[in-house]
Formats: sequence, structure tokens, C-alpha cells
Amino acid sequence: MSTVLLEARGIAKRFGGVQALKDVSLTIASGEIYGLIGPNGAGKTTLFNVFTGLYPRDGGEVRFAGAPLNLESPHAVAAAGIARTFQNIRLFGNMTALENVMVGRHLRTRAGVIQAILRTRAERAEEAAIRRSAYELLHYVGIAERADDLARHLSYGDQRRLEIARALATEPKLLALDEPAAGMNATETAALRGLIEGLRKDGLTVLLIEHDVKLVLGLCDRVAVLDYGEKIAEDVPEVVRSNPKVIEAYLGTSH
Amino acid sequence: MDILLQQIINGLTTGSVYAVVALGYTMVYGVIQLINFAHGEVVMIGAMVAFSVISSLAGGGLPPLVIVLAGVIAAIPACMVMGYLLERAAYRPLRHAPRLAPLITAIGMSIILQHLALLVWGRNPLAFPQIIDNRVFAVGGAAISSVQIAIILLSLIMMAGLSWFVYRTRFGIAIRATAENVHVAGLMGINADRVIAATFVIGAGLGAVAGVMYGSYYGIAHYTMGFSLGLKAFSAAVLGGIGNIAGAMLGGILLGLVEALGTGYVGDLTNLCRWPGAGEGMGWMGERCADGAHFVLFGSNYQEVFAFLMLILVLVFRPSGLLGERVSERA
Repeated sequence: MSTVLLEARGIAKRFGGVQALKDVSLTIASGEIYGLIGPNGAGKTTLFNVFTGLYPRDGGEVRFAGAPLNLESPHAVAAAGIARTFQNIRLFGNMTALENVMVGRHLRTRAGVIQAILRTRAERAEEAAIRRSAYELLHYVGIAERADDLARHLSYGDQRRLEIARALATEPKLLALDEPAAGMNATETAALRGLIEGLRKDGLTVLLIEHDVKLVLGLCDRVAVLDYGEKIAEDVPEVVRSNPKVIEAYLGTSH
Repeated sequence: MDILLQQIINGLTTGSVYAVVALGYTMVYGVIQLINFAHGEVVMIGAMVAFSVISSLAGGGLPPLVIVLAGVIAAIPACMVMGYLLERAAYRPLRHAPRLAPLITAIGMSIILQHLALLVWGRNPLAFPQIIDNRVFAVGGAAISSVQIAIILLSLIMMAGLSWFVYRTRFGIAIRATAENVHVAGLMGINADRVIAATFVIGAGLGAVAGVMYGSYYGIAHYTMGFSLGLKAFSAAVLGGIGNIAGAMLGGILLGLVEALGTGYVGDLTNLCRWPGAGEGMGWMGERCADGAHFVLFGSNYQEVFAFLMLILVLVFRPSGLLGERVSERA
């Protein structure tokens, strides 16, 4: 196996009396597509929210790219190189598609109030470069022609693509996609699959939460299965598919 | 009619000051949904600092314009530091507290700043030194003074500058992104603390200039002036749709106009002797109104009523304000 990109040890999260995550450990290798599946309410999105600093965790450690990951603030996580999309799309609806992606570029550039007001030559050049690279990212995900439309006016599939473009703008090492195929039709799902495979080819590591088990098992190098906040399996798709515990979690047992 | 034109000019003058102050309320609200009730006091302190500087320089032989400019230049950083400290010391520790806590803190800060100003400048109003030759121009039967022209122009420049900053620069994009969703903006690498501090500082800087303009228009600055000015500017922000920058500008100018026109015409319209039916029906009224006398129900002392009457009407028919749309778009 190649180098480890993300290593989580003993992640725990409680909501009141509910143990949403129980001692979850997993490792994601550089350059792989890592799938996370499980029945509804298994804790997939909760784990995502812990990894990206949205929820404070109740236990456990995360190492990322060889260093402990500071989970205290979302922008520190983003700076370390993790970007994500959301299950329920969360774009900046009243900003254009291009501006949404430009927000993502914020992280990798110096954007100060003073420079913005003084409008220095370097500032103008940088802003032009940002506009250009944001446009290129829209082109990459295939919605360049919608650049100047407000994000909330985009179609559902295009909004999902825009979210990916915005996440890519932060130049992440790990791209975390939370149910990117949710609500997509077969054609859109096929296009999404092509997009994710292209991302891997370009050297990105992808963490994928997905309900579409066929998509996950067809696309991922390795898959972890969560059930009631616990990891019950982690292996290559072929092995996970025939794991009795996984089948039980999805189909239930016969009593 | 010259009263109409005159009241429009007066309304535009005060309205553009309200608009600039309202921007400070609306920007902060847009980003952290906090009504910074101490903003009016920041504006007041801007006026006080500027007046102190102007008074101490007056008579020193400098050109009047340089003196006024020096006052403004002293007031802006003073207010910016004040805005920053407010956010840092009073609001940031309560960022995740229930919403009532920062709101009450804001009222508390407002009282503290007011009394701080009382201690520093005393309870007597500071007068604006008569150093400017305030020329008056005649425009179609009405008069407009050079101070009024300066206030309107300066406000327009500041509003245009802020719009450009928020809609055309990257930091502006970061501010709008944070206003839409602070968590997602954070995930995109935007440091929410910096953006929030920046909105306080920018709002306070604009407020400083507004305070100087307001003070020089009425000729005095007083430690309580921030209260009613702040309340009206806040009303203007709500009127336009709080959180909406264009709304604050529109709301401020509308409020100024309504206030001026209301004040200009209320006496005339509620002069009962104007309406023959009212006068003739009652004997004692007829006597009162004989010989062209006036019996005015509401006079121009009702000035303050119009701003808030308009606010109530808008809130009844359009609760999210004139340009406001986001009522519930929270994740």
C-alpha cells in the first residue's frame, strides 16, 4: 500500500445519549478512492463533520499528511488540505457560480483588506489569476457556460458539480464527497463517475460517502462500512460485498 | 413648490447620513446576525473626537478645510479601533452563546460607551467652531448649503466605495460568503474571525465620517447623540431589509425623506382650520379659526414619529424589509 494520507484513531461522538460514533478508526492511502457506506443513520455524515471540524469530537485523534490535524476550526482543516461537499447542497446561493469558486481560491492566496482597497498591481494580477483559475475549474467540471448565473438558479446536477469545483479550488489533498449522486438520474451519475475517476487520475485522494452501493463498489479501491456508529468492515469491494455482517446490516437478520 | 424642494434637500442630507450609519448595522447583522446597538455610540465618539481636534486646531491659522479633514482623519482610526475592540472584547466571547446574550451585551456596551464619553467630554454639548464659511445656494426657490452638498456627495462616494468593495473585490466575496453561511465559508478556508472583525472595523470607519457629518450639519455633538441617530439608522437598515447592503442605503435615504417631508407638512395637513368641514361643525372651532388663525393638531415636534411610523408600516406589510428576502435560509 502506498503512503497513508489520513489516519483516524478511536473517533467518538455523542449527541446527548446517542453514541453516534463509537471508536471508529480508519486509514486512507494517498491516491485512492475510499468509500464509506452504511445504512441511514449509521454515522457517515457525522464522521465527515468531525473530519472537517464542523462538530467537536468526544474522543480520538486524526493525523493528516503525517501531522496531527487541528480539528478546532473549519478553516484550519481546509488549510491542511481537506475539502468537502455536502449531502444537502450548501452553495452560496446569492453569488454567481464563478464567485462561489473564487471563494474557494481565497485559502491559497493572500487576500487582505488593505491590499484590496489599495488595489496594488500585485493584487490586481492575483485577482485576475484567481478569476482565470476559477473559470478553468468550472470548465473542468463542465459548467463553464453557467459561470455568471447565480448558484441557486443552477440545475440540481450542476449545483453538485459546482460544489465539487468550489471544493477543488482550495487545492485539497483529500476531497470528501458526501452523497454526490443523491438525487441524480442515471446519466448524471455516469457523468459524475467519470468526473471522480478523472480526479483520481489527476492524483487526488477521494473519500466518498454514497448510498448508491453499485456506484461505490464499482468505483472505490477500498470500502469501510459503518453501522450504528461502528466500523463493521473495511476492505476491497469484492470482500466487503460478501461480508455477512455487511449483508446483515443492510438486509437485517431473519429471526 | 419651494417647501417641497427644501424638504427633499433636507431629507436627502439627513437620509444619506442615516444610510451610511445603517451600513454599519446591516453589515454586522449580515455576517453574525447581531444587532450591534453600540454602533450609534461609535458614531457619536467619532463626532466627539473630530470636534475636539477641530476645536483645538481652530484659530491656529490653518485653512478650514485642512482642519476639518484633520478631525475626520483622527476620528476614523479612533472609531475603527473602537469597533475592533467591541467585537474582540464584548461579542467574540459570546459568539456561540444564545442570541439574547450578545444582544444584551450590545445594549450594555452602548451604555458604557455613552458614559465613557460623558466622563471624557462632559455633559455639555460640543459646538462646531464657526470656521467654515457655509455658503448657501438657491435652487429653484429652495436653499442648499455647501455643508449639505458636501454631506450628500461624501455619503454617495462612501456608499459607492463600499458597494465596490463588497461586490468587486475578493475580500468582499469572502464577506458575502461568510454572510450566507459561516460554516461553509470556513470550510473554504475563510477565517471567519477576520471577516467578522473586518465588518466591525469597516462599519465603524464609515460611522466615524457619518458622525462628523451629522455633527457639523446640526452644529453640535453631544454624548447622547448616538442614541437617536443609531435608532433611526437601525430602523433604516430594517426598513431596507437588514443584512442587505443596498437595502440599508435605500432605507436610510427613504427614512430621511419621509422624516423631512413629514415634518414639513404635518403642521399644514393637521391644521384643522384648513378643513372647512371640521371648523364649521363645531362652534368653538369656528371661533378659533376666525381671521385665518391656525389650530394645528400635530406640529413639527412630531418629527421623530415619522421614522418609526414608517418602520412599523413596512414591517406590517413586508416583514423582511424592502429589499430583504432571506427570512429562513439557515443550515
